[in-house]
Amino acid sequence: MKIHIPTPLRLYADKKDTVEVPGKTVAEGLANLTAHYSDLRRHLYTDEGKLRAFVNIYLNDEDIRYLQQENTPVKEGDSLSIVPSIAGGEA
Amino acid sequence: MPAVTQKPGTEAVALSNEEVQRYSRHLIMPEVGMEGQLKLKAAKVLCIGAGGLGSPLAMYLAAAGVGTLGLVDFDVVDFTNLQRQILHSTADVGRKKLDSAAETLAGINPQVEVRKFETKLTSANALEIFRQFDIVADGTDNFPTRYLVNDACVLTGKPNVYGSIFRFEGQASVFAVKDGPCYRCLYPEPPPPGLVPSCAEGGVLGILPGLVGVIQATETIKLILGAGREQSLIGRLLMVDAMGMKFRELKLRKNPECPVCGKNPSIHELIDYQEFCGVRAEEASTTQMPAIEVEELKRKLDAGEGVFVLDVREPHEYQICNLEGHLIPLGDLPKRVHELDSSREIVAHCRSGKRSAEAVEFLQKAGFRKVWNLTGGILAWADRIDPKMPKY
Repeated sequence: MKIHIPTPLRLYADKKDTVEVPGKTVAEGLANLTAHYSDLRRHLYTDEGKLRAFVNIYLNDEDIRYLQQENTPVKEGDSLSIVPSIAGGEA
Repeated sequence: MPAVTQKPGTEAVALSNEEVQRYSRHLIMPEVGMEGQLKLKAAKVLCIGAGGLGSPLAMYLAAAGVGTLGLVDFDVVDFTNLQRQILHSTADVGRKKLDSAAETLAGINPQVEVRKFETKLTSANALEIFRQFDIVADGTDNFPTRYLVNDACVLTGKPNVYGSIFRFEGQASVFAVKDGPCYRCLYPEPPPPGLVPSCAEGGVLGILPGLVGVIQATETIKLILGAGREQSLIGRLLMVDAMGMKFRELKLRKNPECPVCGKNPSIHELIDYQEFCGVRAEEASTTQMPAIEVEELKRKLDAGEGVFVLDVREPHEYQICNLEGHLIPLGDLPKRVHELDSSREIVAHCRSGKRSAEAVEFLQKAGFRKVWNLTGGILAWADRIDPKMPKY
């Protein structure tokens, strides 16, 4: 599956904007992603291993919270988007 | 579809001959027409922020003939703003943004009533200010205010036309419309401070707030005109990648459990948003970060105390100015930590002190005991030690 890396997190993914990883579910895809780019882990997951609430994961254009969360199955050609909150500006 | 119509008891607005001429290109379009233009004239829009997003937003709303524009900003025009905040010109540097903005907007369209709110938006004043307007357009630059604006919009029933940017990526949507999602439906919790870089740390392509701000102006005008809901960004998150010129869209759903706009809301009044976003906690914990001031670093370097200067900025920043430090960009630090000698005193610096604080935390976790963060970064050095050094 293709995973879209948002700009604020590209720093931790070798500056890539998309990464191709194997996996049959969202959980597997993200696990493979963070196995490869370990710095991404703390930006995506809390210390207890839960997905951070200010990061949304979309399978194609649907929020996984409204599908089967991390157990959502992923097909060939699907893409995941990591969508963190951004607020620009203040130094 | 929430159309902004005239409230009963207000005078029926009409267009003068001069206005008919001014807005002729709107009037000849069936999508606007006389009816639409009168709606624009009767509308009251509040713009939070007269900066990057606020600039194109306010300018186009004024040009379009929105009758009343509220502007909320307590900042002063800074030289570094001019790269993107087109409401302000070089001659305005040092002036209050509200004064500069009001002047620019009056020049575009003297008929627009500009209401200035020279204040920080807070839980104490937001509801009262929002009640005076029909629509709120959010162009703020920090998380606590975003949540404040969202909650105040839901509580007062005003649509929240949202836009946000980072570097060359932007987001836009319309929140807090009846039966539509709000900002908290998308992001129930803010990121801990320091986990998401700001423009000052990450930079921003000057055109980006232009692109996103005009999208916000467009959505605001469509709300006023009563354009079709399916055509608006309600329930849609538009994501703009200006570098790849790609526009993607994600579906936004109203969260039935949303604490502020859900079926059983638990939030009925505005809260302490600084606390909510962990800003107070962070202010407390930064005192635990081992830090060194620029004066002390200079003294150590001059005395030949063998301190190792670690620069965690990017190569292109090193070219602007540097302290001749050893350059390891923050993102590369984990891979290149072996280049550092933990028996030496290490002072980490970046531009303003944020990234280097992350580096110090990382090194501490990796077992380094003699590592300090240069408070204020190379900017503080340029301010207090070497005024000939360019600041950026």
